[in-house]
Amino acid sequence: MRFGVVVFPGSNCDADCYRALKSFGVEVRYVWHAEQSLEGYDLIVLPGGFSYGDYLRAGAIARFAPVMSDVVRYAEAGGLVLGICNGFQILLECGLLPGAMLPNVVPRFRCDRVLLRVENASTPFTGLCRSGQVLRMPIAHGWGNYYADDVTLERLERRGQVVFRYADEDGHPTPEANPNGSRNSIAGLVNERGNVLGMMPHPERACEALLGGTDGRWIFASAIQFLSGGVELGQPRVAGDGAIH
Amino acid sequence: MQYKAEIKVTLKESILDPQGSAVKKALHSMSYRNVLDVRIGKHIELMLSADDAESAGREAQEIADKLLANPVIENFSLEVQAVGGDAR
Repeated sequence: MRFGVVVFPGSNCDADCYRALKSFGVEVRYVWHAEQSLEGYDLIVLPGGFSYGDYLRAGAIARFAPVMSDVVRYAEAGGLVLGICNGFQILLECGLLPGAMLPNVVPRFRCDRVLLRVENASTPFTGLCRSGQVLRMPIAHGWGNYYADDVTLERLERRGQVVFRYADEDGHPTPEANPNGSRNSIAGLVNERGNVLGMMPHPERACEALLGGTDGRWIFASAIQFLSGGVELGQPRVAGDGAIH
Repeated sequence: MQYKAEIKVTLKESILDPQGSAVKKALHSMSYRNVLDVRIGKHIELMLSADDAESAGREAQEIADKLLANPVIENFSLEVQAVGGDAR
């Protein structure tokens, strides 16, 4: 099983992702942004950071890096893509996920730990979680205020594409638990097919007890389980099973 | 011919502008009570080599569509003018 971590100029969580994935005993390689082939990879991570200095808009320039046209092809062919923080912003800019990021509603960089409620536990990235489970992970972003228009939001909710929501300890997505003003408290979402996940929190920074928590392991372990054939990639689970509120 | 394309990128009206709100608050605390609202956008200048103003405009339009503005949250307007020499 081979995982690729894409490195853009300005990525700064690439080594964290590499180390986190290595701890699962899988093969991990860095993929330079100028490369054009993703052949032989089972999962591609777009890591966090400030690709191209976040100039213009976060992720706007990275999305035209040579490797990105292959990431899009790879995703369209069903390959697993996980975009974390800046990686999520890049997925939005390149259109693999709908919507856009705005500056945090209180316009400052938020570096904190948040709680996430798992809304959809039947994606390749959450298959080992249970719906409603609350995970603790770090965030570190200035542009994490997820925006999509009403029609898009309604469609995301109806199709179960919202995977994580900022929540309190009881799993309630209260305004106080929302660190950036994201619409519907959205912290992570998948594409319609379910093979592309974007999330603002950093699972790779929550993979060792020494670093304050291990809840991020649920995400990587789920993906590995899925790739081992343990979980079917069906349509995301839709409302009605108590997953969406 | 050289042309200058000036592109103004603004947030869509329906979208809150956290930067603008922060500046508005600052202005109020500086006693500029007449300030009702602040919206912050981007002004981008492109210098283009093109045969005529029309093709310069077309190219600038395409560039703004693809990269400079994000249609999910932003609008843009565009002006093109000839620079130096014969401004036909």
